[in-house]
Amino acid sequence: MYTDVFLFACRKAFFNGYFLTEEASDVIKIDSLTKEFSIGEKKLTAVNDLSLEIQSGEIFGIIGYSGAGKSTFIRLLNRLETPSSGSVTIGDKQITTLSKKDLRNARQDIGMIFQHFNLLWSRTVQDNIAFPLEIAGVGKSERQKRVQELVDLVGLTGREKAYPSQLSGGQKQRVGIARALANRPNVLLCDEATSALDPETTNSILDLLVSINKKLGLTIVMITHEMHVIRKICDRVAVMEKGSIVEQGDVLEVFSHPKMPVTKKFVKQVMGDTDEDEAEMNQLFQNENNRNVLRLHFIGETTNQALISQLAKKFDIDLNILQGKITQTQRGAYGTLFVQLIGDQHEIDKAVQYIDEQTSVEMEVVENER
Amino acid sequence: MKDEFFANLDLAELYQATYETFYMTILSLIGTFIIGILLGLLLYLTAKDGIWQNKVINWIVAAFVNIFRAIPFIILILLLFPFTNFLIGTVRGPNAALPALIIGAAPFYARLVEIGLKEVDKGVVEAAKAMGAKTSTIIFKVLLPESMPALVSGITVTAIALIGYTAMAGVIGAGGLGNYAYYFGFQRRAFDIVFVCSVAIIVIVFIFQFIGDYIANKLDKR
Repeated sequence: MYTDVFLFACRKAFFNGYFLTEEASDVIKIDSLTKEFSIGEKKLTAVNDLSLEIQSGEIFGIIGYSGAGKSTFIRLLNRLETPSSGSVTIGDKQITTLSKKDLRNARQDIGMIFQHFNLLWSRTVQDNIAFPLEIAGVGKSERQKRVQELVDLVGLTGREKAYPSQLSGGQKQRVGIARALANRPNVLLCDEATSALDPETTNSILDLLVSINKKLGLTIVMITHEMHVIRKICDRVAVMEKGSIVEQGDVLEVFSHPKMPVTKKFVKQVMGDTDEDEAEMNQLFQNENNRNVLRLHFIGETTNQALISQLAKKFDIDLNILQGKITQTQRGAYGTLFVQLIGDQHEIDKAVQYIDEQTSVEMEVVENER
Repeated sequence: MKDEFFANLDLAELYQATYETFYMTILSLIGTFIIGILLGLLLYLTAKDGIWQNKVINWIVAAFVNIFRAIPFIILILLLFPFTNFLIGTVRGPNAALPALIIGAAPFYARLVEIGLKEVDKGVVEAAKAMGAKTSTIIFKVLLPESMPALVSGITVTAIALIGYTAMAGVIGAGGLGNYAYYFGFQRRAFDIVFVCSVAIIVIVFIFQFIGDYIANKLDKR
């Protein structure tokens, strides 16, 4: 256990280019953070007494509908917005109390990417990526070397001299990511980074973010309104509504047991309407001569994904998949499958017992009320 | 043919007048460019939600710009006679026209600069801030380069207005094509001179417009 932590620290230190003795030093701690805007006489609380801890090296997603305050929230993390009260600590720096000069230095260690990329149209790809290095005062030859590394990292080799207007949306976001990583930050903030992209490009950008997270041990905080994004890459998720976090936890936990109505709505985005499906299924089972129907619930499965073929091999039965949806998350598969077991009742009972006792798949026999 | 249609025209004088017009236009253009950008930046940065948000300074700069833009140029020259006399030591000749030309054109250009800066994507400024950029870096590496096509087309429009102003200044003794057309042409009933001066000014305007358009297009990578 200790060796693991140590190895992880070493890897991180290696990639960050310096040695971190305290592994826990770049946790993001947010303590009763509040941001109020006053529009004329009216006061609007965008972020309301929000507390949160984000661990080093994880991909943390914050999901919410527009107007939930997530955009303001992520800008409070690097103080693009000044909080009304509360504190933000990133690593050993309390962002909320830094002087202007220290804040500028601290920001060089926090990368940020944006929904609309925010590249300088007047600069080429390589000059855009070099911009944060110029700000940090990196010398010219070293700058060129670093830019080339980053161009290769994000897969834009050969496009160094192109202007942003000559790039597709996905390529622009790759430039944005390279630019955000230029000064070797510990934290990457993603402000709806894939919301302006088509689904396919979204996936390629998400894959890039995951690979960067793994390769560099970078902590990623992302806000989004797409549950698909959370499902695909996040380790943990917080659901935001009206300036507060109403629910948070491991992505799988939140997926399998959503508590708040808003969370349920988001889960529906990815899984479809499971309540309706179930009602439909029950109807089906009652009307027809269907017996031995099982409801298999996969939560974070990594070992039992081949359950169906295992059953078919181990027992002398046929399996008929009636309905279901399985989706992949960072922590394994998640979803529900309705299957019908056909064959000798004795074999079927053995199979059911096997699923129940030998695997981690949650199982439920759908009652036939006929 | 020259003696037939342009009997009064003296090529050396025309050359001298054209040179003076160029001289006044280019020098005042440089002054206008610098002062206009300074004023435009001040207007932009001190505006509401700007980096240096400051109501008082914004109000003072805006008032200065509006007042000098409101005064008709011919009156502005007369108004500035004491100031010019103090600064240049004379009120005649191309050099004496410069203060009035710059003070007349810079506020106009400042507004164009302000409009150009407002067009710069707020997200790009935010991105620069998120990278830890200083205000000076934001000004010189983001705001000015990103608004450069607008700044260049703005200075082109201003240059053409300035050519007109030099002609007006010429009438009250600043030299240049306006001076030549009025004193040597109009007052001596030598309309060939007035005509040739008009053509010369049109050609100068076209040259400036062409150069301005060319540079603005070259710079624009959007």
